[in-house]
Amino acid sequence: MCLSVPAEVTKILPDDLAIVSIDSIRKEISIALIDDLAVGDYVLVHVGYALARIDPAEAEHTLQLLHELGSVGHGLQP
Amino acid sequence: MKYADEFRDKTIAQGLARAIGAEAKSQRDYRFMEFCGGHTHAIFRYGLEDILPANVRMIHGPGCPVCVLPASRIDMAIRLAELPQVTLCIYGDLMRVPGSQGKSLLSAKAFGADIRMVYSTLDAILIAEQAPNREVVFFAIGFETTTPPTAVMIRLAEKKWLKNVSVFCNHVLTPAAMHSILEGQDIHNGGRIEVDGFLGPAHVSTIIGTKPYEVLAEKFGKPIVIGGFEPLDMMQAILMLVRQVNESRYEVENQYSRAVTRKGNRRAKEKVSDIFEVRDQFEWRGLGLVPHSGLKLKQAYAQFDAEMRFAMHEVRVADNPTCECGAILRGLKGPVDCKLFGTVCTPETPIGSCMVSSEGACAAHWTYGRFRIIN
Ligand code: SF4
Repeated sequence: MCLSVPAEVTKILPDDLAIVSIDSIRKEISIALIDDLAVGDYVLVHVGYALARIDPAEAEHTLQLLHELGSVGHGLQP
Repeated sequence: MKYADEFRDKTIAQGLARAIGAEAKSQRDYRFMEFCGGHTHAIFRYGLEDILPANVRMIHGPGCPVCVLPASRIDMAIRLAELPQVTLCIYGDLMRVPGSQGKSLLSAKAFGADIRMVYSTLDAILIAEQAPNREVVFFAIGFETTTPPTAVMIRLAEKKWLKNVSVFCNHVLTPAAMHSILEGQDIHNGGRIEVDGFLGPAHVSTIIGTKPYEVLAEKFGKPIVIGGFEPLDMMQAILMLVRQVNESRYEVENQYSRAVTRKGNRRAKEKVSDIFEVRDQFEWRGLGLVPHSGLKLKQAYAQFDAEMRFAMHEVRVADNPTCECGAILRGLKGPVDCKLFGTVCTPETPIGSCMVSSEGACAAHWTYGRFRIIN
């Protein structure tokens, strides 16, 4: 029940609804919990609701850090 | 899947595992509890326990809403669903959870109760609109992640003047449960839990933010790192925990900054506080009665409160004494310590809720981990 997936907003509908795309599967969800969403934003979808917006800059930052940590780790003796 | 696949890279995971191994001091053990069932599921699914160094161990905590729901609440839902006028809407995970008499919602359905599986609270609204002569009750369950959708549903029912909608509220609060675990209040079943830190829940934190954990980290002197659900997220969060332990720090850190902020989701929190208030106490399987750990509808919304509307009452029941769910949920035992694991109790014939929910430690171990026992 707690699993949720990142999805791209592809269309904003009336009544706080939106169409999102998850690996090119389209789904209608509620966006009642998020302010000012726009097409192209990524959100975390959980039980049919967008719970949070995914911040692309923070995601990029985390990935960079992971790459660095990963390569430092590989340089270490097993 | 963007924002998922990049965080599953195997080579980076191996590099991170080595980094953790290099920083974890060989003369000590590190015991970290992942609170959330989503983490438990991912740990087994991606085999993280196999790549972590032997002295860094994950303890599977109680963070699966289905697993912590006491049998008495399932009994209440079954009695409700058996009323001829009621249509009970539930999230799928609940269908097979055994109540006290071995009955489940699935067996009640087989005997004719009108029980529907829904994916979203919006589905329950649709069902109510289509069947104005039925009493449509939504079995609301979950942590802070599923509470806002329930709040939206009640608002919507109000807006649409639906008179046949109500909610059986079982929403619970994460920080209260973490507090209870750290206090080790419920020690009659086998003692305190020794944890060196928490891998904090990701999705719950998108709503509540990281701030509510600060008082816990401070009061109990334990580091808490909020980590995402992808394997690399979790490995990074574990490394951050190891570092804090090594440096004798106990702070709240946020690995999952792409979706979690310190303050959380203001809009969602407002919707929740408009409609719900904290119960004095709520029973958790494995933790017993935990003060201020559950929510109920405010008096102003009594018409939407199934417990009021149908005069439901809770009769506490003792858990099956052979099932070790209680000890597992508090991190004191693992699935293989249970005599029933894999013999009497399997996902086909679950005895306890840890085997029912795919996020439960027993089910995760059955699906992904059990072959390791014989190695
Ligand atoms: S294996 Fe079954 S009976 Fe044993 S603790 Fe897990 S859920 Fe309970």
